Formats: sequence, structure tokens, C-alpha cells
Amino acid sequence: MNEVREDLRQDSPQRPGRKPHPAPGTDDTSGRRLLAFLTPSAGGWQTGLATVVGVLVALALSSLLIAVTGGSPLASVQALFQGSMANWTAWTSTLLYAAPLLLVAVGACVSARSGTFNIGQEGQVLIGALFGAWVGLRLAVPGPLLLVIVLLAASLAGGAWAALSSLMYRIRGVNIVVSTLLMIFIAQQLVAFAVNTSWLLQESRIGDAIVSPQSNPLPAGALLGSVGEYPNLQVNGGLLLALVGAVLVAVALARTRWGFRLTMLGLNPLAAKHAGVRVNALGGMALAISGAFAGLAGAVLLTSPVGVNRLQSGIAMNIGWDGMLVALVARNRPLLTIPVALLFGVLRSGGGFLAATGVPPFLVDVVKALLVLAFVAPPVIVAMIRRRRAGVRTARAEHRPAPVAEGAAL
Amino acid sequence: MIAVDDISTILSSGIRLTIPLAFAACGEYLAERAGAMNISVEAMMLGAAFGSVATASATGSATTGLVAGVLIGLLIGFVHGNLSHRLEINTFVIGLVLNALVLGLTSYLITVSSFESHQVSQVSIPWLRDIPLIGHPLFVERWPVYLLIVLVPLTWWLVERSRWGLELRAVGEQPQAADVTGIRVNLRRRQALLWCGALAGLGGAYLAVGEVGSFNQNMTAGRGYIVIAAVIFGAWRLRRTLIGCALFGLADAMRLALPALGLTMNSQLLVVAPYLLALLAMLFFANQNREPRALGQPFERGST
Repeated sequence: MNEVREDLRQDSPQRPGRKPHPAPGTDDTSGRRLLAFLTPSAGGWQTGLATVVGVLVALALSSLLIAVTGGSPLASVQALFQGSMANWTAWTSTLLYAAPLLLVAVGACVSARSGTFNIGQEGQVLIGALFGAWVGLRLAVPGPLLLVIVLLAASLAGGAWAALSSLMYRIRGVNIVVSTLLMIFIAQQLVAFAVNTSWLLQESRIGDAIVSPQSNPLPAGALLGSVGEYPNLQVNGGLLLALVGAVLVAVALARTRWGFRLTMLGLNPLAAKHAGVRVNALGGMALAISGAFAGLAGAVLLTSPVGVNRLQSGIAMNIGWDGMLVALVARNRPLLTIPVALLFGVLRSGGGFLAATGVPPFLVDVVKALLVLAFVAPPVIVAMIRRRRAGVRTARAEHRPAPVAEGAAL
Repeated sequence: MIAVDDISTILSSGIRLTIPLAFAACGEYLAERAGAMNISVEAMMLGAAFGSVATASATGSATTGLVAGVLIGLLIGFVHGNLSHRLEINTFVIGLVLNALVLGLTSYLITVSSFESHQVSQVSIPWLRDIPLIGHPLFVERWPVYLLIVLVPLTWWLVERSRWGLELRAVGEQPQAADVTGIRVNLRRRQALLWCGALAGLGGAYLAVGEVGSFNQNMTAGRGYIVIAAVIFGAWRLRRTLIGCALFGLADAMRLALPALGLTMNSQLLVVAPYLLALLAMLFFANQNREPRALGQPFERGST
């Protein structure tokens, strides 16, 4: 017991490695400050390099997979290009997929930055689509107003669905990640129930025709049209909505008091609490906002020409899952989600063209997962290597007789 | 009216649907007691199902396939453990990525290849199988089912009675304190994930070379998530977890059997039951403090 205390006493005045004392003769603070300013953030360039290597490895592995199974990687890339970027029609389809992906990803950024990990976007997308469809089919409101109401209803519903998880956490301490995950499956069955039940949303029977498990098509007034007039390219209003959302969230996170509090909450909840941030309210709000974005994505899936404008069980098309992956690749930076969502849109719409080359379209899912790993792992690996090195330095310092010298007295 | 035969049929189908869940749930239970929340159990089951069918087709032996399934589960557990409990990438992120990767990879591979069908042999226990109602469902099964008789008590003993399990639980409850006493927190979690991988792999392989005999795309269809729901429903106790598995397996069997029996019941309600029950269990049993306190939280020495 005494020995331990002795050790602690020796350690406590000075923690080598944490607070390095300037060696004699290098007491040049302004020079150090300049150096610190010029150096990219801790491990910045190593992370960048590791990411590039990671992406290359991901692409190499994917090519290897194609080659091993008898396909041609080059032909696959060509097919992906054909389906996503080769002409205006392909671009139109890419952008149609990118819009809901971007919406989900922007929402995911908000909750992730507040330190709350929401993985229930798929369910929130579905609930958004469900309530959007319900409002759109039930309300007799003319034209564009109906569209606005549908979009609002969908985002409110998605937000409320996510807020339920936050509520369960607050009143009963239910783990948010787990509850958002479980609520995906509840949302899926709710939608399945709604489109299988005639008094809810199942399509109305016309004569003796067989009714499918889907809703009636939404009225024309509730559909998201194209923005602007281009010869062949169609830019859907949903994309505009998503871009505005991304910019708004980026500005709000970087420039407002709310964004500052949110980031502080994410980085250090305890410090945020002591600084007067209402931790539960702000965290719950971030979760609700991320759900609202996902719900809005559900409305875009419902009302834009990406689908059939009917509510179906499969309407979410894994957009919720993919959107979260987009946010992971973008490392939770709202503006970076724009190019990443575009890339994922390219993969999605190009994937349909793969079949012609004999390569299964599931290749796209493999590429996506590997890409996410390539972007998620490097910062952590670099941080760990730096920590290890610091640890080695600390250990070496500890082996030397503790220099309780002039420096410590300062 | 429902005949005795029908009940027996539902029961045996329920048991067959329960077995893969029960294998995987033993693994997931142990991992979660160590604080390692891995949602990659779905990837483990799916990957193992594919690997077992591919190996069985290549070697012509379903038992080899079963072993290959366990190895694939171990591999995924190893990858998950190293990425999230050595590199400390968020365990949920890794779980999601692994699920997506394995789903994509197996769907890809099954499209470009075809396999022969192999199934492990059936064991039929004399006399016991003649018991009315429960005899056939319980005592005429494919042989890996009876591994459960060993693995369930073994898992329980490992967690509740062995020194390793004591350390494992300490790691799940108070990683900082465990670290101070010299337990290697992340090592224990990686080991727990390996156990989880092996058992989830066995479950997935059993599903493929035991029940079905072949692999089809997204074969597990979210069973991994049901396993997680079962562990939560069981409030992180093995017995209740297994009861949960049986309940969810029976619900699934009911869903499949109802149309044949001419009964109309809400199939969505049966599908959603596991998740709903898990959520309700979390809501109502929250103050019993059964959840491992460090569940899903990464451990890094020096942080609080």
C-alpha cells in the first residue's frame, strides 16, 4: 500500500508526456506558436495519406473480387460510368438518388456532432414516407400547398420517431443506439401494415382488380417537380432542398451559438454541462433534427420520380443505411456530404448497368462498405500510433530518475 | 379447431427456427456481458451460412461446412474485435459496415456461383420421439442441435463461474476499475467477440447446412438483429435470453403456419413482436440495473 502511494506521490507533481517542459534553450514561445500554426492538425497529413492508401486498397480489393469471379474490372468501371455519368439521362438518375442520400447524411451529421449516434435513419425515412403519403392522400388541399404540407408532415413524423428514442433515454435510460436500431424494424412493419390494410393506405379496389400492397399514387399536386429548364438534364426539387439543408446545417454548426454548444456537447458532455448547456434538451433536439432530415428524405423518395410515387414496403431502398454511411465517409462534415452523396448516387445508378457486363450489381454494396472502412479507419489508426509513441516516450521518461528540478517548481 | 398434429408441426418448426437464434444468442450474450455491443452478429451468421454451404459443396461434407461456418464467424469476430477494441473505431459503425460488407459480398458470390446441396444428418432418438406432441419436435433433429446441450451450460459456466468470466463481467461493468486491477480490458472484449463469432457462425452454418441445405441471398434476413433483441429481452441473463429466442422462433413459426391453418392474424404484429418486446423490456426493466454498465462504450486507458 505504501509503495503505491510513494509512486503516486512521485508521479503527481509532473506527468511526463502530457505536459512537456521546455528543454533548456528552446524557450521560444512565439516560434513554437508559429510552428503549431503551420503544422496541420494532429496527424492531419498522415490521416490524409492513410485515407488515400485505404481507398486504393478498397478499389484494388473490389477489382480483385471482379477478376477472381471472371469479370472484367475495366468493363465494370465503364458500366458504372455509363449508368451514372455518361449522358444527361444518367446524370438525372444519379442526382435523383443523391438527393435523399444527402438529406439523410446531413441529418446524421447533426446527431453525430452532438455525440448521439443515430442509426435508425432507415426507420425514420419510412415513417416520413408513411405520414407524407397519409397526409398527401387524405388532405384535399390544392397543388403546391399540398406538397409543402407533405414535406412538413414527413419531417415532423421522422423527427418525432427519432425523438421517441430520446424520450425513452431520458425517462428510462434506454440506450439510444439500440432503441433507434430496434425502431427501424417497428417502422418497417408499420408501413407494411398500412399498405396491407384497406382502411389505412392500401390502394382502392377498382372493379375486380387485385389490390397490391401499396398505396394509391399521390395526386399530381403533391409531386416534386424539376427545377429549371435544361434540354435533357432534370434537376429535381428534392436535390435543391437537400443542398439548402446541407449549407444551412454547415453554417449553423460552424457559426452559431447553437452549433458551438452542439459541438461542445459532442466533444465533452461533462464540460458542456458545466458550461450551462442543457445537455438532454440539446441532445434530444439533435436527434430529432436528424430524424426530421431522414423523414424529409422519405418524403423526397415518395414524391420525386426516383420511385413510383406510391407508398410501398420497399420505398426506403436502404437509403437510410446508405445515407448514414455517407455521413461516416464525410466524417460528419455537412459540406463534405455533398460530394460523397453524389458519389454514392453514382454507385447506385451505375449499379443498375453492371448486370450487362455479367458482374452482379451487389458489387456496388461491397465497394461502398470498403470505402467506408477506408475513410473511417485512418484517423483512428493515426491517433493510435501517435498515442503509442507518446506512451513509449512517457514510459522512457518514467524509467529515468524523476527530474524534480527547477522546471517543476514553475 | 387446431388438431394436435398442427400444434406439433408448429412446435417443431418453431424449434427449428429457434436453434440458430439460440446458438447466436449464447455468443451475443457473452459478448454483451463484456460490454462489447456487436451488431455484426448478423454478418457473422450470414457469412457463416454462405461459407458453410460453399465448403460443403466443395468438400462434399456438410460437417466440414459446419466447421467452415464457425471459422468464418471467428474471422468476422476477429476483424470486429481488432477494429473496434484495438483500434477503437466505434463498434456500431464497424458492425454496420461489416453487415453491409458481408451482405454485399455473399449476395455477389451467390450470384456468380452455384453450389450442390448438402445437409447434416438427422438424429432420431428412439422412444423419446414417440412422446405425443413434443416427441417429434424435440427428438428428431439434425445433430448439431444437440450441441446446444453442451454449449448453453458451457457459456453459462464461462460467464458466471469461471475466473475468465468474472473478469469479463468486470470489463462489462467497470472497465476502468478492471483495468486498474490488471485485467486487459480490450483483450477480454476481443476474446468475447471471438466466442460470439464462433457461436453465431455455428448458428448461421446450422441454418444453411442444417435446416435448408442451400444458401440464398440475404438468407438470415435480420436474424442477427432478432438475436440482439433476444439478449435485451432477456435482460442480459442467459436463461431469459433463451426464452426470448424460443418465443421469437415460435412467433416466426406461427407467422409461417397461419395461412395454412386458415387463420387470419396480423402477420406484421408477429414479425414486429421481437423488437417490440425488446423495447418494452428495456423500458420496464430499466431500473433493475441489469444492463452491463459499459455496454457499447469504448475503453481507452486514461479516459473516464
